[in-house]
Amino acid sequence: MAHPAATGPQMLTANCLRQGDVLYWKAGGWVRDFAQGEILSDPATATAALDAAQKFVTDNRVVAPYLFEVREQNGKIRPVKEREIVRAAGPSIRTDLGKQAAPETKHV
Amino acid sequence: MYRYDEFDAQFVAERVAQFRGQVARRLSGELTEDQFKPLRLMNGLYLQLHAYMLRVAVPYGTLSSKQMRMLAHIARKYDKGYGHFTTRQNIQYNWPKLVDVPDLLDDLASVEMHAIQTSGNCVRNVTADHFAGAAKDEIEDPRPLAEIIRQWSSLHPEFVFLARKFKIAVGGDKTDRAALQWHDMAVEIVRNAQGSIGYKVIAGGGMGRIPYIAHVMKEFVEREDILAYLEAVLRVYNQDSRRDNIHKQRIKILINTIGPEEFRRRAQREFDEIKENGSLQLPPEELARITAYFAPPEFEKLPDEMPKGDEAFANWVKTNVHAHRAPGYAIATITLKSIGAVPGDASADQMDALADLMDRYGLGEIRVSHEQNLVLPHVRQKDLPAIHARLGALDLATPNAGLITDIIACPGLDYCDLANARSIPIAQDIARKFADLDRQHEIGELKIKISGCINACGHHHAGHIGILGVDKKGVEFYQLQLGGSGAEDASIGDILGPAFGEHEIADAVERVVDVYLQERAPGERFLDTYRRVGLAMFKTAAYEKPIFEKTVA
Repeated sequence: MAHPAATGPQMLTANCLRQGDVLYWKAGGWVRDFAQGEILSDPATATAALDAAQKFVTDNRVVAPYLFEVREQNGKIRPVKEREIVRAAGPSIRTDLGKQAAPETKHV
Repeated sequence: MYRYDEFDAQFVAERVAQFRGQVARRLSGELTEDQFKPLRLMNGLYLQLHAYMLRVAVPYGTLSSKQMRMLAHIARKYDKGYGHFTTRQNIQYNWPKLVDVPDLLDDLASVEMHAIQTSGNCVRNVTADHFAGAAKDEIEDPRPLAEIIRQWSSLHPEFVFLARKFKIAVGGDKTDRAALQWHDMAVEIVRNAQGSIGYKVIAGGGMGRIPYIAHVMKEFVEREDILAYLEAVLRVYNQDSRRDNIHKQRIKILINTIGPEEFRRRAQREFDEIKENGSLQLPPEELARITAYFAPPEFEKLPDEMPKGDEAFANWVKTNVHAHRAPGYAIATITLKSIGAVPGDASADQMDALADLMDRYGLGEIRVSHEQNLVLPHVRQKDLPAIHARLGALDLATPNAGLITDIIACPGLDYCDLANARSIPIAQDIARKFADLDRQHEIGELKIKISGCINACGHHHAGHIGILGVDKKGVEFYQLQLGGSGAEDASIGDILGPAFGEHEIADAVERVVDVYLQERAPGERFLDTYRRVGLAMFKTAAYEKPIFEKTVA
């Protein structure tokens, strides 16, 4: 989970209540593909997104939303922590499973 | 095998119906996530890194072919075509959808299985020696007692809200294949000086952040008193354990804080009180009734004659086949550890094929071991070549039981929400490095156990070589421990020093193994040599090359 003192860019994630899928915040809604997720460039924007996500929690559509740090690497946005890299892709030892196997970009 | 009676069947059916209602109420918003979470955990349902995960109980690791087929069906219908056998003799599914779980549990109930008490702060699935009822030197089959403990501890009103989870194991042999001394509480079936069979009770073992080997609570408990004594120990734990600090809530902390002597005194006081009230006696007829479910099969009268075969067969027999109590029979271990595979994983197709194999050659039964392997407990020696051939076709005939590539690894950061680092790729790297079978035989018995976090589901404290994944600023590192054991000579591994990088740990293991090969005396296992020569020499070799931490400093 994001360090409380994160100052750099962050993203917001949660799980779909019904299916358990990992979701990423985008423009007031959710997508399944990390690459389509919204970069929240400063702490105020990130906090505002987390606050807005609570509506989806109370509406019983997602569970456990939280922010995590990302950074730009070779022109691409990547999570800072290994945990979020694995979460965004799927099991590293089964590349036929998880998002890396069948990325979906549609809004949830 | 145990068969559900009317009460068991009704209890499980009602529980599934209850959970179906709870899921419906969660989806409708009648229950919040905070309200629902403890309910789903009571039914073995976690929310992990990628998805929900369901942990299904396999009581004392025993499965029928019918149950195995159902596990395959569930893997196909509700998951992604595979399951993961765990270090607690359970099976986990990594991808079920919440909306499907009630139907999944209904399917499980149809073959007398469930996921109750596979999570939460309660008495978890009772485990047992995976050679139960088959081992040559066994005093008594531990499964009848394990089943009685299962019944006693299922929804026990006093123990459904313990400070923390509570794990019980039962063994029936001097050879400990169930890691008894690493459990919150364990029972070893023993024979006293008069020749009577009774139970030795130990408690306070555990892995995790602060590892402890269990203490003996009572050397000999009479058969009829066993539930009373177990209840006494649990009662002291439930009353006196700390609930204010999550790191100090296990029974191991209580026993080692107040001292084993004081704990024994308190347990004895409770035991005396329970006995005085005359409750919880285990009547001989009830023990006999449960034992009848586990009666040995009618073995054919066969000569002890191990069939000859090719080199592959001979290698497999050497490590994966063990002596059976009945002449002409054998115990066959199926390691779920082919080189480069995910330890403990089995596909639905493999499970179905194994069920067929169980019916044809294994009297319809199989065991899950805490070492993430499967065991055919009763096979005719003369059928071993056919079994080996069939397993080979399923990529399940790897001849490595007990060798360096027979590695325990928790799901780690590839699946687990609690993990700090990945375990499985490290197991795969090490297995590939030591893939040469001659080299494995040259090394001999060597147990590597890998955990992706301090919770130690991969039993790293008990590994001859233990590996613990740690997170340093979001990057995975691996700490090396040497000298642990989960057997009757149980010991806690010693931490070697600073952690290694992801791409260094397998090489460090190799350097440590090389020290053993150079230093060992005739007949010594890795563990024996380590205990004799100590840590220093191994440490020097392990850190012979600069490690990542130093090179980036």
